[in-house]
Amino acid sequence: MSAVPQASGSRLRYVLRLGDASLVLAQRLGEWIGHAPALEEDLGLANTALDLLGQARMLLAYAGEIEGKGRSEDDLAFLRGEREFLNPTLVEQPNGDFGQSIVRQLLVDAWQLELYERLAHSSDARLAAIAAKAVKETRYHFRYSAGWVVRLGDGTPESHERVQRALELLWPYTRELFDADEVDAEMARELAAPQLADVQDAWNARIDAVLAEATLPRPAERPFSWYGKRGEHGEHLGHVLAEMQYLHRAHPGATW
Amino acid sequence: MTSSRSWPLYEIFIRARGGLDHKHAGSVHAADARQALEHARDVYTRRQEGVSIWVVKSTDIVASDPADADALFEPARDKIYRHPTFYDIPDEVKTL
Repeated sequence: MSAVPQASGSRLRYVLRLGDASLVLAQRLGEWIGHAPALEEDLGLANTALDLLGQARMLLAYAGEIEGKGRSEDDLAFLRGEREFLNPTLVEQPNGDFGQSIVRQLLVDAWQLELYERLAHSSDARLAAIAAKAVKETRYHFRYSAGWVVRLGDGTPESHERVQRALELLWPYTRELFDADEVDAEMARELAAPQLADVQDAWNARIDAVLAEATLPRPAERPFSWYGKRGEHGEHLGHVLAEMQYLHRAHPGATW
Repeated sequence: MTSSRSWPLYEIFIRARGGLDHKHAGSVHAADARQALEHARDVYTRRQEGVSIWVVKSTDIVASDPADADALFEPARDKIYRHPTFYDIPDEVKTL
């Protein structure tokens, strides 16, 4: 297992962040398979997971090419350790009940949607092509999760209370999505990625509209101390990776 | 959470390609029509089966009673002259 070298460029880290976000969330959604409240939701969540997995494959394959050390998408997905994963901490949060998974999905979908819409015009042609494909998938993901959050928020007293609790729980993790660091700044300077402040404004508008329809008050801003995008994760990612990477590590090079 | 068993049933019709008819594909449970569309998309179009979906509440479909089949369909059986097979097609007509 080789670490991402400190000297590697912003582009590599940026693409790994995007790829890892989709990969880890796909793994979380996969945990629902066979356990969703209805067959139809089982398939819906699995479809979203597979879309995200497809995005992760394209992004990690590209990251491997940028790195130039011959690492494949599988090497990056299955043979990196926890500190080398650069996904935002939000996506590794546990599924909880269906409402909690759906709230997490909404917060991520709105972020990916605003991000991919802008990345489709990236000066990086490869990133632009990946984003152009992903944005269509993400539009449906957002429609699905927003629909459910409205249903549950504006539903029964119990469903309202549960999604409100999930929203309060997950809200602090959203700050990291918009906390631009030197990687984001350099990518923006090269017009390869959008300004995160723009993404944040659009995300706020999108989320506020859903929360209003769902009769859910927007949580207060609180300080946060998670920097998954720098490899500083909470307690959960290690467990996600243990399950995700076990087979590949136990049977290196196994194929179907 | 409401169980899917209390959601009404919707019948799903899928148009495979432009120009074709919508065909009955199956049914899904859903809380309302919007969700029925999403469920139909997720259950029945995962392998590019369609370009358009109709959903209809199953209870809104009025079906003929199988017990009436004799009265409804039997009388057509001996009226084969209703099939357009008694006409000679001119040789000049190629694409009928």
